[in-house]
Amino acid sequence: MATETEVIPEILAQFDQTRSSLIPILQEIQNQYRYLPQAMLRQVAQKLDVPLPEVYHVATFYNCFSLEPVGRNLVQVCLGTACHVRGAPKVLDRLLTDLKLPAPGTTPDMEFTVRTVRCVGCCGLAPVVRVNDSTHPNMSQAKVKGMLKKYYSKPAAQ
Amino acid sequence: MPRLNSIPELEKLRAECVAGSDAQRPCLTVCAGSGCSAAGAEDLLTALRKAVEKAGMKDQIDVKSTGCHGFCERGPVMLVWPEGTFYNRVTASSAAEVVASVCNGHKPVEKLLYKDPVSGKKCLTEEEVPFYARQTRVLFANNGRIDPKQITDYLRVGGYASVAKVLGGMTPEGVVETVTKSGLRGRGGAGFPTGVKWSLCRANGKPNGHGEIERYIICNADEGDPGAFMDRSLLEGNPHSVIEGMIIGAFALGAKQGFVYVRAEYPLAVKHLHVALQQAEELGLLGDNILGTGLNFRIRLVQGAGAFVCGEETALIASIEGRVGEPHPRPPYPVEKGLFGKPTVINNVKTWASVGHIVNRGHEWYSAIGTEKSKGTMVFSLVGKINNTGLVEVPMGITLHEMIYDIGGGIPNGRSLKAVQIGGPSGGCIPADLIDLPIDYEQLTKAGSMMGSGGMVVMDDSTCMVDVARYFMEFLEEESCGQCFPCRQGTQEMKAILTRICEGRGKEEDLDTLQDLGWLMKETSLCGLGQTAANPVLTTLRYFRSEYLAHIRDEVCPAKVCKKLIVYEINPTVCDGCGACVKVCAGTAILGEKDRAHKIDQAKCTKCGACMEVCKPKAVLVS
Repeated sequence: MATETEVIPEILAQFDQTRSSLIPILQEIQNQYRYLPQAMLRQVAQKLDVPLPEVYHVATFYNCFSLEPVGRNLVQVCLGTACHVRGAPKVLDRLLTDLKLPAPGTTPDMEFTVRTVRCVGCCGLAPVVRVNDSTHPNMSQAKVKGMLKKYYSKPAAQ
Repeated sequence: MPRLNSIPELEKLRAECVAGSDAQRPCLTVCAGSGCSAAGAEDLLTALRKAVEKAGMKDQIDVKSTGCHGFCERGPVMLVWPEGTFYNRVTASSAAEVVASVCNGHKPVEKLLYKDPVSGKKCLTEEEVPFYARQTRVLFANNGRIDPKQITDYLRVGGYASVAKVLGGMTPEGVVETVTKSGLRGRGGAGFPTGVKWSLCRANGKPNGHGEIERYIICNADEGDPGAFMDRSLLEGNPHSVIEGMIIGAFALGAKQGFVYVRAEYPLAVKHLHVALQQAEELGLLGDNILGTGLNFRIRLVQGAGAFVCGEETALIASIEGRVGEPHPRPPYPVEKGLFGKPTVINNVKTWASVGHIVNRGHEWYSAIGTEKSKGTMVFSLVGKINNTGLVEVPMGITLHEMIYDIGGGIPNGRSLKAVQIGGPSGGCIPADLIDLPIDYEQLTKAGSMMGSGGMVVMDDSTCMVDVARYFMEFLEEESCGQCFPCRQGTQEMKAILTRICEGRGKEEDLDTLQDLGWLMKETSLCGLGQTAANPVLTTLRYFRSEYLAHIRDEVCPAKVCKKLIVYEINPTVCDGCGACVKVCAGTAILGEKDRAHKIDQAKCTKCGACMEVCKPKAVLVS
């Protein structure tokens, strides 16, 4: 991957250097790096002439931004209403238990980051879990282990 | 494709699109909406294409991916044209059979037909399936027919005809009048008359240095209500219908720039909209001098960054401007002072998509559908504890009973209906005994709920209403922007009280406190989020007070949901000792030898309920 100093001008070049480009720029950094490195936030603030605290305000306000590096696999447990009434909290609990996480977050081996999301719009298939780009429909506690297995980089690590 | 420079050129291209498509030519259309995709639609599409090729029919049979057909429960679903044969739960392994049937005189593949569970009858077409038969599909009429990535498909079914009609001879005032007379009300939930909003916006604004009045229009596709996905499906399945409505809006309002604000959580909708915008620009339906009429209008796609409050119009505007999504008090309303301080109209996806139909078919046609004050059709996502989950488009005024039993096919697993939650976190729970309530803006508000964007979550007797109220409050507490005190503190306090009640630590005075807090938040919060946040609590208190009291007085959760108030046990006379529960137990709490009755160690039980889920002989009991 290119270094931060190389990437920032490249990303900035895709957008107007105006205030209303702040969120799209941060989204692009998030897409490429899967989190917002501090040094990059400083550069964005400088280039767009927006005070750093305001950049942080935006970066921490919206759910899609993360200031911490995200694991190799992003597991998003949908907690929309349809998923909730069909047992999503139990699926989440099981996922956390299996990954030995006390709460949603990233595993120490950086294999998984577990997040909760409010509705991915697949209510007809509730409860659903999205891992990276794949949606796993009709989840149950019993299916969690099998689902995670598919995503470990080294199967033996389990 | 060459750019279109006049309305006759558009009509010529449409005629070519119609002529170029043989209506009798076999075509397999597979729903590739998010739901069916998760169920394997992509594999099915690949398999169908391969099967067609293998049969040597590549030039005789088309295979197409379309937007959401609505019947998510039975996905992946597909249609075989020209007959319109409807197949459900089609897997890639059936692809060859489908193609073979088309080659052999279109004899339907029996096993893939939908069987009506009530009559036992097999349904050949969508029209025969009760789920579809009771619907009035206007906005979603073309979802199963067109490839959303092909503008020619949209033109073929009459797309952009209303733009031609408007630019070919209507005045902006005439357009506003048509929309006003149609009775169209905002489909985002609040139900403000669209024509009135447009008139107000037209009355505002001062000319700039060039003598022009800058106005903006925005499509609100920040569908954040958990349990609602109709806007997503419309953008995924028919993005041009939204663009068409916005072009008409731009003409009526004199806007040069429009925005579509879409949730980033909807990648497929973003992708399809992006493609649609590009194609519309190429054809000259967007850009400068649209169809040679002098209209200049562009649309920019803006992706939301994950904040529920951005569905609120002033917060959404702030977000487009690159700021945090914090609402500001209204007035001034966006129609006076909106995006970049200019008069702005914000309408929901379905509102914009309705505009084209109204212009095309006339306001009389539209206002003939629905009830006295709520006109047209409404799209609901029917989800939760219901047999036929999916998207449903019905005329306003349909009863809940028709929705749940005739279209939805009733409640699964022999359970009974308890409540219907309508309108997302701002709405409320309507109890089963109000099932004959006609659904329109006024009736829902009277019952303590609201239309919202159309999420309809069905709950059965295994759903705890206190837990549901706590769920919504937890959601709103997280999503409150924190700017105003009543919403920030109110949601926190309410969540704390509801959690206490769910854990059997509630007091009867808590119910009064909830009521008081609810009133306070409604009266004093800054924006719609806080003003309606108490609705789920207030409606459950109004209709399910006894359930709250059971938690408080008896420390019992009647629906057996609240973990602190339930105990799992194994009935030794039923348990066959298969050991399935041992494997799934989260707390290694189940003891017992193979083929002997098992027992749960209550000290270790985490109440996850996994044992109950997997127990085949149903030996696990919860009390």
